Amino acid sequence: MPVQPAITDLEQLKSRPAVAALQNASLLEKATFDHDELTLYVNRSDIKQACDILRESPETKFNFLADITCVDVFPSEPRFEVIYNLLSHSRKERVRLIARVPGGDPSIESLMGLWPAANFFEREVFDLFGVRFVGHPNLRRIMMPEDWEGHPLRKDYPVEGYR
Amino acid sequence: MAHLNPTPVLEPTEDRTMILNMGPQHPSTHGVLRLLLEIDGETVIKCIPDIGYLHTGIEKTCEAKFYQQVVPLTDRIDYLCPMTNNLTYCLAVEKLLQLEIPPRAQFLRVLLNELTRINSHLVWLGTHALDIGAMTVFLYCFREREELLRIFENVSGQRMMTSYFRIGGVSMDPPIDFWKKTKAFIDKFPSRVDEYEGLLTSNPIWIERTKGVAHITAEECIALGCSGPTARGSGVDWDLRRDMPYTGYEKFKFKVPLSKDGDVYARYLLRVQELRESNSIARQAFDGMPEGSYKADAPKVVLPDREKMKTQMEALIYHFKIVTEGFTVPAGEVYQGVESPRGEMGYYVRSDGTAKPYRVHMRSACLGNLQALERLCVGRLLADVVAAIGSIDIVLGEIDR
Repeated sequence: MPVQPAITDLEQLKSRPAVAALQNASLLEKATFDHDELTLYVNRSDIKQACDILRESPETKFNFLADITCVDVFPSEPRFEVIYNLLSHSRKERVRLIARVPGGDPSIESLMGLWPAANFFEREVFDLFGVRFVGHPNLRRIMMPEDWEGHPLRKDYPVEGYR
Repeated sequence: MAHLNPTPVLEPTEDRTMILNMGPQHPSTHGVLRLLLEIDGETVIKCIPDIGYLHTGIEKTCEAKFYQQVVPLTDRIDYLCPMTNNLTYCLAVEKLLQLEIPPRAQFLRVLLNELTRINSHLVWLGTHALDIGAMTVFLYCFREREELLRIFENVSGQRMMTSYFRIGGVSMDPPIDFWKKTKAFIDKFPSRVDEYEGLLTSNPIWIERTKGVAHITAEECIALGCSGPTARGSGVDWDLRRDMPYTGYEKFKFKVPLSKDGDVYARYLLRVQELRESNSIARQAFDGMPEGSYKADAPKVVLPDREKMKTQMEALIYHFKIVTEGFTVPAGEVYQGVESPRGEMGYYVRSDGTAKPYRVHMRSACLGNLQALERLCVGRLLADVVAAIGSIDIVLGEIDR
Protein backbone atom coordinates (compact mmCIF):
# COMPACT_ATOMS: atom_id res chain seq x y z
CA MET A 1 0.00 0.00 0.00
CA PRO A 2 1.47 3.39 -0.90
CA VAL A 3 2.13 5.61 2.09
CA GLN A 4 -0.27 8.53 2.15
CA PRO A 5 1.24 11.84 3.27
CA ALA A 6 -0.43 13.81 6.03
CA ILE A 7 -2.64 16.73 5.02
CA THR A 8 -1.80 19.88 6.97
CA ASP A 9 -3.31 22.53 4.67
CA LEU A 10 -6.21 24.22 6.43
CA GLU A 11 -7.87 25.10 3.11
CA GLN A 12 -8.12 21.41 2.18
CA LEU A 13 -9.41 20.46 5.60
CA LYS A 14 -12.05 23.17 5.72
CA SER A 15 -14.76 20.80 4.53
CA ARG A 16 -14.50 18.88 7.80
CA PRO A 17 -17.07 20.20 10.28
CA ALA A 18 -14.73 20.04 13.28
CA VAL A 19 -12.12 22.18 11.49
CA ALA A 20 -14.72 24.66 10.29
CA ALA A 21 -16.33 24.95 13.72
CA LEU A 22 -13.06 25.79 15.46
CA GLN A 23 -11.92 28.05 12.64
CA ASN A 24 -15.10 30.11 12.85
CA ALA A 25 -14.40 30.73 16.51
CA SER A 26 -10.72 31.38 15.56
CA LEU A 27 -9.48 28.83 18.07
CA LEU A 28 -7.59 26.60 15.66
CA GLU A 29 -3.79 26.77 15.62
CA LYS A 30 -3.04 23.89 13.30
CA ALA A 31 -4.76 20.82 11.91
CA THR A 32 -3.46 17.60 10.41
CA PHE A 33 -5.20 14.68 8.78
CA ASP A 34 -3.11 11.54 8.87
CA HIS A 35 -3.94 7.81 8.92
CA ASP A 36 -7.64 8.73 8.54
CA GLU A 37 -7.50 10.62 11.81
CA LEU A 38 -8.07 14.30 12.33
CA THR A 39 -5.87 16.12 14.82
CA LEU A 40 -6.60 19.70 15.87
CA TYR A 41 -4.15 21.86 17.79
CA VAL A 42 -5.56 24.51 20.09
CA ASN A 43 -4.07 26.92 22.58
CA ARG A 44 -4.18 25.58 26.13
CA SER A 45 -6.23 28.50 27.36
CA ASP A 46 -8.93 27.74 24.77
CA ILE A 47 -9.31 24.02 25.40
CA LYS A 48 -12.55 24.20 27.35
CA GLN A 49 -14.14 26.57 24.88
CA ALA A 50 -13.03 24.41 21.94
CA CYS A 51 -14.47 21.26 23.53
CA ASP A 52 -17.67 23.09 24.32
CA ILE A 53 -18.04 24.19 20.68
CA LEU A 54 -17.29 20.71 19.35
CA ARG A 55 -19.79 19.18 21.73
CA GLU A 56 -22.64 21.65 21.27
CA SER A 57 -22.37 22.52 17.58
CA PRO A 58 -25.02 20.61 15.57
CA GLU A 59 -22.51 19.93 12.75
CA THR A 60 -19.94 18.27 15.00
CA LYS A 61 -21.79 16.75 17.99
CA PHE A 62 -18.78 15.21 19.68
CA ASN A 63 -20.78 14.06 22.68
CA PHE A 64 -18.39 11.53 24.24
CA LEU A 65 -15.03 12.19 25.86
CA ALA A 66 -13.25 8.92 25.12
CA ASP A 67 -9.88 9.62 26.59
CA ILE A 68 -7.41 12.16 27.94
CA THR A 69 -3.73 11.42 27.79
CA CYS A 70 -0.44 13.23 27.49
CA VAL A 71 2.89 12.97 25.72
CA ASP A 72 6.13 14.36 27.10
CA VAL A 73 8.34 15.68 24.30
CA PHE A 74 11.25 16.46 26.64
CA PRO A 75 13.63 18.23 26.10
CA SER A 76 11.82 20.42 23.56
CA GLU A 77 9.39 23.13 24.61
CA PRO A 78 6.44 23.37 25.09
CA ARG A 79 7.11 20.14 26.86
CA PHE A 80 3.72 18.45 27.27
CA GLU A 81 1.05 17.69 24.74
CA VAL A 82 -2.25 16.99 26.44
CA ILE A 83 -4.37 14.90 24.09
CA TYR A 84 -8.16 14.81 24.17
CA ASN A 85 -9.94 12.12 22.23
CA LEU A 86 -13.53 12.99 21.40
CA LEU A 87 -16.08 10.72 19.80
CA SER A 88 -19.38 11.49 18.15
CA HIS A 89 -21.93 8.71 18.54
CA SER A 90 -24.37 10.14 16.03
CA ARG A 91 -21.79 11.00 13.34
CA LYS A 92 -19.51 8.00 13.98
CA GLU A 93 -16.41 10.11 13.93
CA ARG A 94 -13.44 10.77 16.16
CA VAL A 95 -11.33 13.85 16.59
CA ARG A 96 -8.14 14.41 18.53
CA LEU A 97 -7.49 17.73 20.23
CA ILE A 98 -3.98 18.58 21.28
CA ALA A 99 -3.07 21.41 23.63
CA ARG A 100 0.60 22.14 24.24
CA VAL A 101 1.59 22.92 27.80
CA PRO A 102 4.98 24.38 28.79
CA GLY A 103 7.20 22.49 31.22
CA GLY A 104 7.71 25.56 33.41
CA ASP A 105 4.04 25.91 34.21
CA PRO A 106 2.34 22.61 33.42
CA SER A 107 -1.30 23.51 33.91
CA ILE A 108 -4.44 23.47 31.81
CA GLU A 109 -8.11 24.01 32.41
CA SER A 110 -10.09 21.02 33.65
CA LEU A 111 -12.95 19.60 31.59
CA MET A 112 -14.86 18.38 34.65
CA GLY A 113 -17.52 20.99 34.04
CA LEU A 114 -18.26 19.59 30.56
CA TRP A 115 -17.80 15.88 31.10
CA PRO A 116 -17.60 14.30 34.58
CA ALA A 117 -15.75 11.52 32.73
CA ALA A 118 -12.66 13.75 32.78
CA ASN A 119 -12.29 13.03 36.51
CA PHE A 120 -10.18 9.87 36.44
CA PHE A 121 -8.51 10.65 33.10
CA GLU A 122 -7.23 14.00 34.36
CA ARG A 123 -6.11 12.53 37.66
CA GLU A 124 -4.16 9.91 35.76
CA VAL A 125 -2.40 12.52 33.62
CA PHE A 126 -1.68 14.59 36.73
CA ASP A 127 -0.29 11.55 38.54
CA LEU A 128 1.94 10.26 35.76
CA PHE A 129 2.98 13.53 34.07
CA GLY A 130 2.50 16.24 36.69
CA VAL A 131 0.22 18.35 34.52
CA ARG A 132 -2.17 20.26 36.77
CA PHE A 133 -5.81 20.59 35.76
CA VAL A 134 -7.09 23.91 37.07
CA GLY A 135 -10.63 23.56 38.38
CA HIS A 136 -10.51 19.83 39.06
CA PRO A 137 -12.16 19.36 42.49
CA ASN A 138 -10.10 16.38 43.59
CA LEU A 139 -6.75 16.43 41.83
CA ARG A 140 -4.89 13.71 43.71
CA ARG A 141 -2.67 10.83 42.66
CA ILE A 142 -4.67 7.90 41.36
CA MET A 143 -2.22 5.17 40.28
CA MET A 144 0.88 5.89 42.37
CA PRO A 145 0.92 6.06 46.19
CA GLU A 146 0.03 9.46 47.65
CA ASP A 147 3.57 10.17 48.84
CA TRP A 148 5.34 9.14 45.64
CA GLU A 149 7.99 11.53 44.38
CA GLY A 150 8.17 12.41 40.71
CA HIS A 151 5.93 11.62 37.77
CA PRO A 152 6.86 8.28 36.20
CA LEU A 153 5.79 8.81 32.58
CA ARG A 154 7.96 11.88 32.11
CA LYS A 155 10.80 11.17 29.75
CA ASP A 156 13.45 12.27 32.29
CA TYR A 157 12.19 9.65 34.76
CA PRO A 158 14.25 6.45 34.36
CA VAL A 159 12.43 3.30 33.25
CA GLU A 160 13.89 1.35 36.17
CA GLY A 161 12.84 4.09 38.61
CA TYR A 162 15.13 5.83 41.08
CA ARG A 163 17.08 3.50 43.35
CA MET B 1 7.70 2.65 53.58
CA ALA B 2 5.10 5.26 54.36
CA HIS B 3 3.37 4.60 51.05
CA LEU B 4 2.19 1.20 52.27
CA ASN B 5 -0.37 2.94 54.47
CA PRO B 6 -3.73 2.85 52.73
CA THR B 7 -4.79 6.30 51.67
CA PRO B 8 -7.06 8.19 51.30
CA VAL B 9 -8.75 8.08 54.67
CA LEU B 10 -12.37 9.07 54.89
CA GLU B 11 -13.88 10.54 58.06
CA PRO B 12 -17.58 10.20 58.88
CA THR B 13 -19.44 13.41 58.08
CA GLU B 14 -22.15 12.87 60.67
CA ASP B 15 -22.36 11.18 64.03
CA ARG B 16 -24.73 8.49 62.84
CA THR B 17 -22.72 7.42 59.81
CA MET B 18 -19.77 5.10 59.74
CA ILE B 19 -16.96 4.34 57.31
CA LEU B 20 -16.67 0.91 55.81
CA ASN B 21 -13.47 -0.05 54.06
CA MET B 22 -14.31 -2.61 51.38
CA GLY B 23 -11.30 -4.21 49.78
CA PRO B 24 -8.68 -4.36 48.43
CA GLN B 25 -8.84 -8.03 49.37
CA HIS B 26 -12.61 -8.35 49.35
CA PRO B 27 -13.59 -11.33 47.15
CA SER B 28 -16.37 -9.49 45.34
CA THR B 29 -14.23 -6.55 44.24
CA HIS B 30 -12.80 -8.65 41.39
CA GLY B 31 -9.15 -8.13 42.03
CA VAL B 32 -7.85 -5.31 44.12
CA LEU B 33 -10.38 -2.53 44.08
CA ARG B 34 -10.72 -0.69 47.36
CA LEU B 35 -13.95 1.09 48.08
CA LEU B 36 -14.36 3.64 50.83
CA LEU B 37 -18.01 3.56 51.77
CA GLU B 38 -19.76 5.90 54.13
CA ILE B 39 -22.90 4.18 55.35
CA ASP B 40 -25.90 5.34 57.25
CA GLY B 41 -27.28 2.10 58.66
CA GLU B 42 -27.46 -0.07 55.54
CA THR B 43 -27.62 2.82 53.07
CA VAL B 44 -24.55 3.95 51.17
CA ILE B 45 -24.22 7.74 51.19
CA LYS B 46 -20.72 8.04 49.77
CA CYS B 47 -18.61 5.70 47.68
CA ILE B 48 -15.01 6.47 46.75
CA PRO B 49 -13.12 3.96 44.62
CA ASP B 50 -9.41 3.74 45.39
CA ILE B 51 -7.41 2.14 42.60
CA GLY B 52 -3.78 1.73 41.69
CA TYR B 53 -2.92 -1.45 43.60
CA LEU B 54 -2.02 -3.23 40.37
CA HIS B 55 -0.19 -0.35 38.73
CA THR B 56 2.87 -1.83 37.06
CA GLY B 57 3.82 0.98 34.72
CA ILE B 58 3.14 -0.95 31.54
CA GLU B 59 2.93 2.27 29.52
CA LYS B 60 6.41 3.22 30.68
CA THR B 61 7.76 -0.27 29.98
CA CYS B 62 6.39 -0.11 26.42
CA GLU B 63 8.61 2.90 25.69
CA ALA B 64 11.70 0.79 26.37
CA LYS B 65 10.70 -2.17 24.17
CA PHE B 66 10.72 -2.86 20.45
CA TYR B 67 7.33 -2.67 18.79
CA GLN B 68 6.99 -6.45 18.61
CA GLN B 69 8.03 -6.85 22.24
CA VAL B 70 5.04 -4.83 23.40
CA VAL B 71 2.57 -7.52 22.27
CA PRO B 72 3.11 -9.82 25.30
CA LEU B 73 2.79 -6.81 27.61
CA THR B 74 -0.68 -6.10 26.26
CA ASP B 75 -1.86 -9.53 27.46
CA ARG B 76 -1.09 -8.57 31.01
CA ILE B 77 -3.38 -5.57 31.01
CA ASP B 78 -6.67 -7.38 30.78
CA TYR B 79 -6.03 -10.99 31.59
CA LEU B 80 -9.57 -12.02 30.68
CA CYS B 81 -9.42 -10.85 27.08
CA PRO B 82 -5.75 -11.00 26.05
CA MET B 83 -6.57 -11.40 22.35
CA THR B 84 -8.61 -8.20 22.25
CA ASN B 85 -5.67 -6.29 23.68
CA ASN B 86 -3.24 -7.93 21.26
CA LEU B 87 -5.58 -7.02 18.43
CA THR B 88 -5.95 -3.38 19.42
CA TYR B 89 -2.22 -2.83 19.71
CA CYS B 90 -1.48 -4.67 16.46
CA LEU B 91 -4.15 -2.69 14.61
CA ALA B 92 -2.71 0.58 15.89
CA VAL B 93 0.83 -0.26 14.79
CA GLU B 94 -0.42 -1.67 11.46
CA LYS B 95 -2.21 1.62 10.88
CA LEU B 96 1.07 3.48 11.40
CA LEU B 97 2.87 1.06 9.09
CA GLN B 98 -0.07 1.09 6.62
CA LEU B 99 0.11 -2.68 6.38
CA GLU B 100 -2.47 -4.71 4.54
CA ILE B 101 -3.61 -7.78 6.45
CA PRO B 102 -4.60 -10.89 4.46
CA PRO B 103 -8.21 -12.08 4.82
CA ARG B 104 -7.32 -15.33 6.56
CA ALA B 105 -5.52 -13.47 9.33
CA GLN B 106 -8.48 -11.13 9.69
CA PHE B 107 -10.94 -14.00 9.98
CA LEU B 108 -8.71 -15.78 12.48
CA ARG B 109 -8.55 -12.58 14.49
CA VAL B 110 -12.32 -12.18 14.45
CA LEU B 111 -12.85 -15.84 15.39
CA LEU B 112 -10.44 -15.74 18.31
CA ASN B 113 -11.58 -12.30 19.38
CA GLU B 114 -15.15 -13.52 19.70
CA LEU B 115 -14.07 -16.67 21.54
CA THR B 116 -12.16 -14.38 23.89
CA ARG B 117 -15.29 -12.31 24.41
CA ILE B 118 -17.20 -15.48 25.30
CA ASN B 119 -14.39 -16.45 27.68
CA SER B 120 -14.47 -13.06 29.36
CA HIS B 121 -18.26 -12.99 29.65
CA LEU B 122 -18.23 -16.51 31.12
CA VAL B 123 -15.86 -15.43 33.89
CA TRP B 124 -18.02 -12.38 34.43
CA LEU B 125 -21.24 -14.40 34.60
CA GLY B 126 -19.76 -17.00 36.93
CA THR B 127 -18.23 -14.54 39.38
CA HIS B 128 -21.13 -12.08 39.22
CA ALA B 129 -23.59 -14.85 40.10
CA LEU B 130 -21.21 -16.11 42.78
CA ASP B 131 -21.07 -12.63 44.35
CA ILE B 132 -24.84 -12.47 44.51
CA GLY B 133 -25.04 -15.99 45.93
CA ALA B 134 -25.80 -18.31 43.02
CA MET B 135 -22.92 -20.73 43.32
CA THR B 136 -23.90 -23.29 40.69
CA VAL B 137 -23.60 -20.93 37.71
CA PHE B 138 -19.92 -20.50 38.44
CA LEU B 139 -19.26 -24.22 37.95
CA TYR B 140 -21.25 -24.30 34.70
CA CYS B 141 -19.42 -21.27 33.29
CA PHE B 142 -15.99 -22.54 34.18
CA ARG B 143 -16.78 -25.88 32.51
CA GLU B 144 -17.08 -24.09 29.15
CA ARG B 145 -14.25 -21.73 29.95
CA GLU B 146 -11.95 -24.68 30.44
CA GLU B 147 -12.75 -25.82 26.90
CA LEU B 148 -11.99 -22.34 25.60
CA LEU B 149 -8.70 -22.21 27.46
CA ARG B 150 -7.78 -25.55 25.87
CA ILE B 151 -8.57 -24.07 22.46
CA PHE B 152 -6.35 -21.08 23.25
CA GLU B 153 -3.58 -23.36 24.45
CA ASN B 154 -3.94 -25.37 21.29
CA VAL B 155 -3.62 -22.36 19.02
CA SER B 156 -1.01 -20.34 20.90
CA GLY B 157 0.66 -22.63 23.42
CA GLN B 158 -0.68 -20.63 26.35
CA ARG B 159 -3.93 -20.81 28.25
CA MET B 160 -4.26 -17.21 29.35
CA MET B 161 -1.40 -15.00 28.19
CA THR B 162 -1.78 -15.99 24.58
CA SER B 163 0.17 -13.31 22.64
CA TYR B 164 -1.11 -15.00 19.51
CA PHE B 165 -1.61 -11.94 17.32
CA ARG B 166 1.45 -10.37 15.77
CA ILE B 167 1.97 -7.10 13.99
CA GLY B 168 1.05 -8.10 10.44
CA GLY B 169 -1.12 -11.12 11.17
CA VAL B 170 -1.02 -13.98 13.63
CA SER B 171 1.95 -15.96 14.90
CA MET B 172 1.20 -19.26 13.13
CA ASP B 173 -1.50 -21.18 11.32
CA PRO B 174 -3.70 -23.01 13.84
CA PRO B 175 -3.07 -26.77 14.18
CA ILE B 176 -5.61 -29.31 12.84
CA ASP B 177 -6.88 -30.04 16.36
CA PHE B 178 -7.96 -26.44 16.71
CA TRP B 179 -10.59 -26.66 13.98
CA LYS B 180 -12.12 -29.80 15.47
CA LYS B 181 -12.23 -28.41 19.01
CA THR B 182 -13.56 -25.03 17.92
CA LYS B 183 -16.27 -26.60 15.77
CA ALA B 184 -17.38 -28.76 18.70
CA PHE B 185 -17.44 -25.76 20.99
CA ILE B 186 -19.37 -23.47 18.63
CA ASP B 187 -21.93 -26.19 17.95
CA LYS B 188 -22.71 -26.94 21.54
CA PHE B 189 -22.34 -23.51 23.11
CA PRO B 190 -25.88 -22.13 22.42
CA SER B 191 -27.40 -25.01 24.40
CA ARG B 192 -24.99 -24.22 27.22
CA VAL B 193 -26.18 -20.61 27.28
CA ASP B 194 -29.72 -22.00 27.65
CA GLU B 195 -28.48 -23.80 30.75
CA TYR B 196 -27.14 -20.59 32.32
CA GLU B 197 -30.34 -18.80 31.47
CA GLY B 198 -32.36 -21.65 32.94
CA LEU B 199 -30.52 -21.14 36.21
CA LEU B 200 -30.86 -17.36 36.38
CA THR B 201 -33.17 -15.53 33.97
CA SER B 202 -36.47 -16.35 35.66
CA ASN B 203 -35.01 -17.24 39.04
CA PRO B 204 -37.05 -15.17 41.57
CA ILE B 205 -34.08 -14.68 43.93
CA TRP B 206 -31.88 -13.47 41.05
CA ILE B 207 -34.57 -11.09 39.82
CA GLU B 208 -35.12 -9.76 43.33
CA ARG B 209 -31.42 -9.04 43.74
CA THR B 210 -30.87 -7.46 40.33
CA LYS B 211 -34.03 -5.90 38.89
CA GLY B 212 -34.21 -2.15 39.46
CA VAL B 213 -30.86 -2.25 41.27
CA ALA B 214 -28.06 0.21 40.45
CA HIS B 215 -29.94 2.12 37.79
CA ILE B 216 -28.18 4.54 35.43
CA THR B 217 -29.49 6.53 32.48
CA ALA B 218 -28.01 6.84 28.98
CA GLU B 219 -27.12 10.52 29.51
CA GLU B 220 -25.25 9.69 32.69
CA CYS B 221 -23.40 6.88 30.95
CA ILE B 222 -22.19 9.23 28.22
CA ALA B 223 -21.26 11.98 30.69
CA LEU B 224 -19.30 9.56 32.89
CA GLY B 225 -17.41 7.89 30.02
CA CYS B 226 -19.11 4.48 30.16
CA SER B 227 -18.95 2.25 27.12
CA GLY B 228 -19.70 -1.30 26.10
CA PRO B 229 -22.42 -3.40 27.76
CA THR B 230 -22.64 -0.96 30.68
CA ALA B 231 -23.71 1.85 28.34
CA ARG B 232 -25.77 -0.40 26.04
CA GLY B 233 -27.69 -1.64 29.07
CA SER B 234 -28.95 1.92 29.47
CA GLY B 235 -29.82 2.43 25.82
CA VAL B 236 -26.65 3.92 24.32
CA ASP B 237 -26.79 2.28 20.91
CA TRP B 238 -23.08 2.12 20.21
CA ASP B 239 -20.88 -0.82 19.29
CA LEU B 240 -17.53 -0.19 17.65
CA ARG B 241 -17.71 -3.51 15.78
CA ARG B 242 -20.78 -2.25 13.93
CA ASP B 243 -20.30 1.52 13.93
CA MET B 244 -16.57 1.82 13.24
CA PRO B 245 -15.67 -1.62 11.87
CA TYR B 246 -12.12 -2.87 12.12
CA THR B 247 -10.35 -6.08 11.07
CA GLY B 248 -13.20 -7.01 8.73
CA TYR B 249 -16.19 -6.87 11.09
CA GLU B 250 -18.19 -5.24 8.32
CA LYS B 251 -18.35 -8.66 6.62
CA PHE B 252 -20.22 -10.25 9.50
CA LYS B 253 -23.91 -10.15 10.30
CA PHE B 254 -24.74 -9.66 13.93
CA LYS B 255 -27.19 -7.87 16.17
CA VAL B 256 -26.14 -5.44 18.86
CA PRO B 257 -28.26 -6.22 21.92
CA LEU B 258 -29.72 -3.12 23.52
CA SER B 259 -31.73 -2.50 26.64
CA LYS B 260 -33.34 0.63 28.00
CA ASP B 261 -33.78 -0.47 31.62
CA GLY B 262 -30.28 0.42 32.83
CA ASP B 263 -30.28 -1.85 35.88
CA VAL B 264 -28.18 -4.87 36.86
CA TYR B 265 -30.71 -7.28 35.38
CA ALA B 266 -30.68 -5.44 32.03
CA ARG B 267 -26.89 -5.63 31.88
CA TYR B 268 -27.07 -9.33 32.74
CA LEU B 269 -29.59 -10.08 29.97
CA LEU B 270 -27.58 -8.02 27.51
CA ARG B 271 -24.33 -9.86 28.16
CA VAL B 272 -26.08 -13.22 27.88
CA GLN B 273 -27.43 -12.13 24.49
CA GLU B 274 -23.91 -11.04 23.56
CA LEU B 275 -22.72 -14.56 24.32
CA ARG B 276 -25.11 -15.86 21.66
CA GLU B 277 -24.18 -13.14 19.18
CA SER B 278 -20.47 -13.74 19.70
CA ASN B 279 -21.00 -17.42 19.11
CA SER B 280 -22.83 -16.60 15.89
CA ILE B 281 -19.98 -14.32 14.70
CA ALA B 282 -17.47 -17.02 15.60
CA ARG B 283 -19.48 -19.52 13.55
CA GLN B 284 -19.55 -17.18 10.53
CA ALA B 285 -15.80 -16.67 10.83
CA PHE B 286 -15.25 -20.40 11.20
CA ASP B 287 -17.43 -21.33 8.21
CA GLY B 288 -16.15 -18.56 5.97
CA MET B 289 -12.48 -18.98 6.84
CA PRO B 290 -10.58 -18.15 3.63
CA GLU B 291 -7.47 -19.96 2.52
CA GLY B 292 -4.23 -18.10 2.11
CA SER B 293 -1.51 -16.59 4.16
CA TYR B 294 -1.95 -15.89 7.86
CA LYS B 295 0.49 -12.99 7.85
CA ALA B 296 1.12 -9.91 5.77
CA ASP B 297 3.65 -9.83 2.97
CA ALA B 298 6.03 -7.40 4.64
CA PRO B 299 9.43 -9.04 5.10
CA LYS B 300 10.85 -6.10 7.02
CA VAL B 301 8.15 -6.30 9.66
CA VAL B 302 6.83 -9.87 9.79
CA LEU B 303 9.13 -12.71 10.80
CA PRO B 304 9.79 -15.15 7.90
CA ASP B 305 8.65 -18.77 7.81
CA ARG B 306 10.96 -21.25 9.47
CA GLU B 307 11.36 -23.16 6.20
CA LYS B 308 12.37 -20.05 4.27
CA MET B 309 14.95 -19.20 6.90
CA LYS B 310 16.70 -22.48 6.27
CA THR B 311 16.83 -22.02 2.50
CA GLN B 312 16.92 -18.29 1.78
CA MET B 313 19.65 -15.90 2.83
CA GLU B 314 17.36 -12.84 2.77
CA ALA B 315 14.86 -14.47 5.10
CA LEU B 316 17.63 -15.26 7.56
CA ILE B 317 18.93 -11.69 7.41
CA TYR B 318 15.47 -10.19 7.95
CA HIS B 319 14.84 -12.57 10.83
CA PHE B 320 18.13 -11.58 12.46
CA LYS B 321 17.50 -7.88 11.95
CA ILE B 322 13.91 -7.90 13.24
CA VAL B 323 14.86 -9.87 16.33
CA THR B 324 17.99 -7.93 17.21
CA GLU B 325 17.19 -4.40 16.03
CA GLY B 326 13.41 -4.40 15.72
CA PHE B 327 11.75 -2.64 12.79
CA THR B 328 11.25 1.07 12.40
CA VAL B 329 7.81 2.60 12.17
CA PRO B 330 7.21 5.89 10.31
CA ALA B 331 6.73 8.86 12.62
CA GLY B 332 3.13 9.66 13.40
CA GLU B 333 0.37 9.07 15.87
CA VAL B 334 -2.73 6.89 15.76
CA TYR B 335 -5.58 5.94 18.00
CA GLN B 336 -7.30 2.63 17.50
CA GLY B 337 -10.38 1.72 19.47
CA VAL B 338 -11.99 -1.72 19.49
CA GLU B 339 -15.01 -3.14 21.26
CA SER B 340 -13.58 -5.20 24.07
CA PRO B 341 -15.92 -7.31 26.25
CA ARG B 342 -16.00 -4.39 28.65
CA GLY B 343 -16.32 -1.45 26.29
CA GLU B 344 -14.07 0.74 24.21
CA MET B 345 -10.49 -0.46 24.51
CA GLY B 346 -8.22 2.00 22.76
CA TYR B 347 -4.53 2.26 22.05
CA TYR B 348 -2.85 5.54 21.33
CA VAL B 349 0.55 4.94 19.78
CA ARG B 350 3.01 7.65 18.83
CA SER B 351 6.09 6.87 16.83
CA ASP B 352 9.16 9.02 16.37
CA GLY B 353 10.50 6.92 13.52
CA THR B 354 12.66 4.58 15.60
CA ALA B 355 12.22 0.90 16.49
CA LYS B 356 10.68 1.67 19.88
CA PRO B 357 7.35 3.41 20.43
CA TYR B 358 7.67 6.95 21.73
CA ARG B 359 4.46 6.61 23.68
CA VAL B 360 1.85 3.89 24.09
CA HIS B 361 -1.30 4.76 25.96
CA MET B 362 -4.14 2.39 26.67
CA ARG B 363 -7.62 3.78 26.95
CA SER B 364 -9.14 1.49 29.51
CA ALA B 365 -12.82 0.64 29.18
CA CYS B 366 -13.06 -0.23 32.86
CA LEU B 367 -11.62 3.10 34.01
CA GLY B 368 -14.52 4.86 32.32
CA ASN B 369 -17.05 2.36 33.61
CA LEU B 370 -15.70 2.55 37.16
CA GLN B 371 -16.51 6.26 37.27
CA ALA B 372 -20.16 5.28 37.17
CA LEU B 373 -19.85 3.16 40.31
CA GLU B 374 -20.43 6.04 42.69
CA ARG B 375 -23.57 6.95 40.79
CA LEU B 376 -24.73 3.31 40.88
CA CYS B 377 -24.17 2.80 44.62
CA VAL B 378 -25.10 6.03 46.38
CA GLY B 379 -28.52 5.87 48.00
CA ARG B 380 -28.73 2.10 47.69
CA LEU B 381 -28.21 -0.70 50.18
CA LEU B 382 -24.78 -2.02 51.01
CA ALA B 383 -25.62 -5.44 49.57
CA ASP B 384 -26.36 -3.79 46.21
CA VAL B 385 -22.79 -2.50 45.99
CA VAL B 386 -21.67 -6.06 45.30
CA ALA B 387 -24.27 -6.43 42.54
CA ALA B 388 -23.29 -3.06 41.07
CA ILE B 389 -19.57 -3.88 40.94
CA GLY B 390 -20.33 -7.20 39.28
CA SER B 391 -22.63 -5.63 36.73
CA ILE B 392 -20.03 -3.20 35.34
CA ASP B 393 -17.57 -6.09 34.91
CA ILE B 394 -14.32 -4.49 35.96
CA VAL B 395 -10.85 -5.93 35.57
CA LEU B 396 -8.42 -4.11 37.80
CA GLY B 397 -5.41 -5.05 35.73
CA GLU B 398 -6.83 -2.94 32.92
CA ILE B 399 -7.74 -0.02 35.17
CA ASP B 400 -4.35 0.24 36.86
CA ARG B 401 -2.10 -0.89 34.00
